[in-house]
Amino acid sequence: MTQSPVLSVTDLVVEIPTRRGVLRPVDSVSFDIAAGEVLGVVGESGAGKSMTGSAVIGLIDPPGRIASGEVRLNGARIDNLRPSEMRRIRGKRIGMVFQDPMASLNPLLTVGDQLEETIQVHLGLRRAEARKRAIAALEEVGIPAADRRIDSYPHEFSGGMRQRVVIALALAAEPEMVIADEPTTALDVSVQAQIVALLRRLCRERGAAVMLITHDMGVIAETADRVAVMYAGRVVEIGPVREVVGAPSHPYSVGLMGATPSTSGDAASERLKQIPGAMPRLLSIPSGCAFHPRCPRAFDTCDREAPPLLRSGSSLAACWLCSPDHQHLVQSATLPEAIE
Amino acid sequence: MTAGPRPALVRADHLGRVFDVSKPWLNRVLEGEDRKLLHAVTDVSFEIAPNEVYALVGESGSGKSTIGKMIVGLLQPTAGDIAIGESPRTGRSTRLQMIFQSPFASMNPRWRVRDIIAETIADPSIDRGARAGELLEKVGLSAEDAEKFPHEFSGGQRQRIAVARALAADPDFIVCDEPTSALDVSVQAQVLNLMRDLQEELALSYLFISHDLAVVRYMADRIGVLYLGRLVEDAPRDALFAEPLHPYTRMLLEAAPRLDAFGREAPPPQGEIPDPIDPPSGCAFHPRCPLANRRCKTEAPRTLALENRCVACHAVEEGRSA
Repeated sequence: MTQSPVLSVTDLVVEIPTRRGVLRPVDSVSFDIAAGEVLGVVGESGAGKSMTGSAVIGLIDPPGRIASGEVRLNGARIDNLRPSEMRRIRGKRIGMVFQDPMASLNPLLTVGDQLEETIQVHLGLRRAEARKRAIAALEEVGIPAADRRIDSYPHEFSGGMRQRVVIALALAAEPEMVIADEPTTALDVSVQAQIVALLRRLCRERGAAVMLITHDMGVIAETADRVAVMYAGRVVEIGPVREVVGAPSHPYSVGLMGATPSTSGDAASERLKQIPGAMPRLLSIPSGCAFHPRCPRAFDTCDREAPPLLRSGSSLAACWLCSPDHQHLVQSATLPEAIE
Repeated sequence: MTAGPRPALVRADHLGRVFDVSKPWLNRVLEGEDRKLLHAVTDVSFEIAPNEVYALVGESGSGKSTIGKMIVGLLQPTAGDIAIGESPRTGRSTRLQMIFQSPFASMNPRWRVRDIIAETIADPSIDRGARAGELLEKVGLSAEDAEKFPHEFSGGQRQRIAVARALAADPDFIVCDEPTSALDVSVQAQVLNLMRDLQEELALSYLFISHDLAVVRYMADRIGVLYLGRLVEDAPRDALFAEPLHPYTRMLLEAAPRLDAFGREAPPPQGEIPDPIDPPSGCAFHPRCPLANRRCKTEAPRTLALENRCVACHAVEEGRSA
């Protein structure tokens, strides 16, 4: 990559002290996102994907805290800022889109009030100019009759339209990056496709970096440029979308893609591949590679030592099978057809 | 697997359900408003054969859960009938069970799993504890789990308990209302595989309700597509996916995210689902339909019976859909 990344996260660790021990919902996570790039972060519940997003924007509820690591926005550290300084970055330099649009909007204020406030605060415009900007922003996200709808309250919009308003709000201050946490999970399929297309188009046009957090492999496959797969707080695989979704290296990614039912292909009567067991609880993360108790290809090293991210094709995978020392195991082991 | 000459196990005949969503009487009088009626389900007919999995797909507000509740008798239809035939397996009347979407809301948190499962066992000669253990093992849990409480289990395990509870009544037919939509992908795969295995092993019939076409494709023999309370298309699975006839079915298939469509730039579908209290005139899909003409705006389409499938669309009837 020639240009420096917009967001750069290095060895991020989030810890939550509890009575029963210190939990690590995010453990040594590193990734970069370049301008105009969409990084998809996938994983199942408990993988730490939302917590990673919250850590980036400094929204971790105490007693949780960033224990170590760095978050840099265009080169400057933002993980050690004071809350007042962080507040100036949120909304201005980092826009946010969450799953439930109703939770991001104030039900007592009109959509226009909320947009104008954001624009006034972050861009320092006068009221009349801010209103003009707000109408333009609503038009841009595809809200029909924006000059009339701007005076409506959030409950007067449908779920899809509300999420459009939230996107307008997130992009109103022209942020350098957008964090979208499950932006389409509450929406119907036909509306989901519209929102995903909108988010991708706007961010590409403005050159904003996007961190798209979702559990939906299909959305990731269609939207992301690169994908990070998370498991038990760690990134287990990261690389170009074609590789991670189309030809994954880490056994967990392989299982995840195989478990996803599809509307295409001729596999209608085939069994879904299933990964035995479930995501470990944070209090009892297995030793070594956290995935080893569920892994069909685990061998003796896996329960002793956690694998670092190792090169595999053009992606990186945290799996000992990708290590040159263990290549003989890759050749000798045949991947079982159905992982059961 | 089609109905063929075999008698249907479950038949819904011109089923309809209207909900009164009016404001209270005094508000109506003071504000001069009329009653508001929500037509959740209108004129829906389908048959489910023994040992068949029939799926209903649709987006929110399509009436799929309302139909499921009417079939098991949790709601009374306001129009049409439901006929439930004799079980070909036992010769007695068909037994129904239901599996709900939320594995958290559908179990009493103060009951032990044994009691949750054994509640429906009517026969006093059966040892309830032993039967509960046996069913737990059948769904991939262990017999010792019978003594635990629901909160000790994960979402996927609870949904297995819900399956065990449904099986305890020795049913012929199970209504599954979004049984895996609260679960993670890898756990969903486990539960779907389990449900499919049990269906084959115990010769069950399912009414499988889902918003997810990919899940439905994996589970169903036959699929009905609902839009705003009406059945717009009903076809065997392979026919539906190979050659969807109704423009809405095509739109749904087109919009479903795909694992192999990297960076797909296809224009997304237009519009949103209309308000079911005030649905569009004529064919309810016409404002979003690329094939709509004047007739579609004024006249609701009839259900057209084709060989082995049916579809309700003027464009298909007039041959404009190719």
